[in-house]
Amino acid sequence: MTTVAEPAIKAEPTDAELMQWYRQMVLIRQFELRCAQSYQQQKIGGFCHLYSGQEAVAVGSIGAVRKDDYIITAYRDHGHAIARGMDIHPLFAELYGKRSGCSHGKGGSMHFFDTEKNFFGGHAIVGAHIPLATGLGWAIKYRKQDRVVLCYFGDGAINQGSFHEALNLAGLFKLPCIFLVENNGYGMGTHIHRASAVTELKLRTADAYGIPGKDVDGMDCLAMYKMVRSAADYCRQGNGSIFLEVKTYRYRGHSMSDPQKYRTHEEVAEYQKHDPIGRLEKILQEKRLLDAAKISAIADEIHREVEAAHEKADADPTPELEDVWTDIYAQPFGPYR
Amino acid sequence: MPVIQMREALNQAMCEEMERDPDVFLMGEEVAEYDGAYKVSQGMLAKFGPMRVVDTPISECGFAGLGVGAAMVGMRPIIEFMTFSFSLVAFDQVVNNAPKVRHMSGGQLSVPIVFRGISGPGQQLGATHSWTVDALYTHVPGLKVVIPSNPYDAKGLLKTAIRDNDPVIFLENESMYGNRGEVPEEEYLIEFGKADIKREGTDCTVVGWGHTVLTAMAAAEELEKAHGIKVEVIDLRTLRPMDINSILSSVKKTGYLVTVEEGYPQCGVGAEIAAQVQQHALDDLDNSVVRVAALDVPMPYSKPLLQHVVPSVQRVAEAIKRAIYFQG
Repeated sequence: MTTVAEPAIKAEPTDAELMQWYRQMVLIRQFELRCAQSYQQQKIGGFCHLYSGQEAVAVGSIGAVRKDDYIITAYRDHGHAIARGMDIHPLFAELYGKRSGCSHGKGGSMHFFDTEKNFFGGHAIVGAHIPLATGLGWAIKYRKQDRVVLCYFGDGAINQGSFHEALNLAGLFKLPCIFLVENNGYGMGTHIHRASAVTELKLRTADAYGIPGKDVDGMDCLAMYKMVRSAADYCRQGNGSIFLEVKTYRYRGHSMSDPQKYRTHEEVAEYQKHDPIGRLEKILQEKRLLDAAKISAIADEIHREVEAAHEKADADPTPELEDVWTDIYAQPFGPYR
Repeated sequence: MPVIQMREALNQAMCEEMERDPDVFLMGEEVAEYDGAYKVSQGMLAKFGPMRVVDTPISECGFAGLGVGAAMVGMRPIIEFMTFSFSLVAFDQVVNNAPKVRHMSGGQLSVPIVFRGISGPGQQLGATHSWTVDALYTHVPGLKVVIPSNPYDAKGLLKTAIRDNDPVIFLENESMYGNRGEVPEEEYLIEFGKADIKREGTDCTVVGWGHTVLTAMAAAEELEKAHGIKVEVIDLRTLRPMDINSILSSVKKTGYLVTVEEGYPQCGVGAEIAAQVQQHALDDLDNSVVRVAALDVPMPYSKPLLQHVVPSVQRVAEAIKRAIYFQG
């Protein structure tokens, strides 16, 4: 069995990249805070799953790949969309069900898409997008392209049949896919110990599907960057897929409607001591790239940016009712009415 | 004009499209080294190689989803289900991912995929292997559903399906793979949503699709020979889009309508046709629409029971007589 190279030292990010990631993480945190408020104000319908606490996972991993690499994720997709560089106005507009939304108001919170940015959703049936990731990988291999796929899902997805079928195909066909399980400890309200017979997830794919597994600290943006960078190199060299168990934690409930009776405030507080934004902040302060004044200025600037995007989206027009008949077929044949 | 089998017509359609477009590939169980469980893909591995004619493990959800993912970035997969009974293991991929990512992405994505394979009761396979899935998939906005009744249509419709930019369910029939028919050597395509009048008549309209076109034709010939009844038989060819106008025009002429399907009566395709015809042409009808469908039971194994459940020529002939108040 081929093993994954240890994260290469050469893969150190530049100061500019570190600062960009810091801003992105703060942006995701503030975006989600605004979402929580908008949800409570009933501006957002349906389910809304916030990414607060997990920011380092999307930012560090997407920062480690190229813009032409493919991204696909599950329903907790706000962070990945922002890390991929999607503007936040069409994201708010999507949440508010507006025509100017990134999916024309047809998708909502769980279905953000931006194909120009190679961001392929936003998928809401647990685990159902993992086979899609193998299709993206298959197309890359078929076309002999120098690309990789980043496929994210939660620890709740890994007991679905679709996960196992997809991983077997990825291992069998040696597809250039990086599978990242964002293990935040809970599938909705069920702790992983009540859901998985084997809870050390990194062990689950090597023997079963010939896909090496590694674990990585998902609260550490730099660790994510280094691990994914080395995993991407492994995939680009034609070695097949990688499985990463990303240990992370969500600060908010599973969705906005979750009373969180399954965990204690103390547990949440304990994880917040290792906050991914705080950790990167400390590194940047040590490198003298940040100080208290700059931290405050960045927070204010991003707050204004978030509020402006939210207000613009809130004022945008709702779709025309005729829009229900669009975006169904590439070659429509007249609606059945 | 060459006379070839249905399986050869399907094979020609796939080969021609794969020669024309490098993004087309065939994937499924036993399609490559085994030459296809029903020999539809015979010789294709040798012609196109293992990246374009791809054997999969028994993993329908996995490879159906792989096909959808590949289609999302512009490839044109033909995903073969050994039978559509097995597509139910991949139901979520077929009814959720394939037809809905275009919609949920606000039209950013296309999914130009063909899912093809056999549907229908088969040869005594028991209840789980005997699904007629036409109504299941015709129910879903975002899908197109195609069901040919002869080699000529099979080839022309499959070529159209492969070139179509939307997900297409292409339903074949095990007992018809060996059926022969004329297929021209020059290229042709058959547009979706255009029914074919297989037989003109003035006394009653009978609508079938796929295998039931043959049952309807046999019943029509029998009634003409025995009683001089002139039955018009319409082959729908595609269920979504559905050419309801051809049915309405025919009913305007005959005044009577019988639908024939191998699927179940409750919420079946015949029920949909009946509803649309009464909505748009109630005044043209001289009797209620008569539906012939499989009996409303799981498909039994035993041959006489199976034959009792599936619409027979005799059952269709009796339905036509009942529909037109024939006393003879």
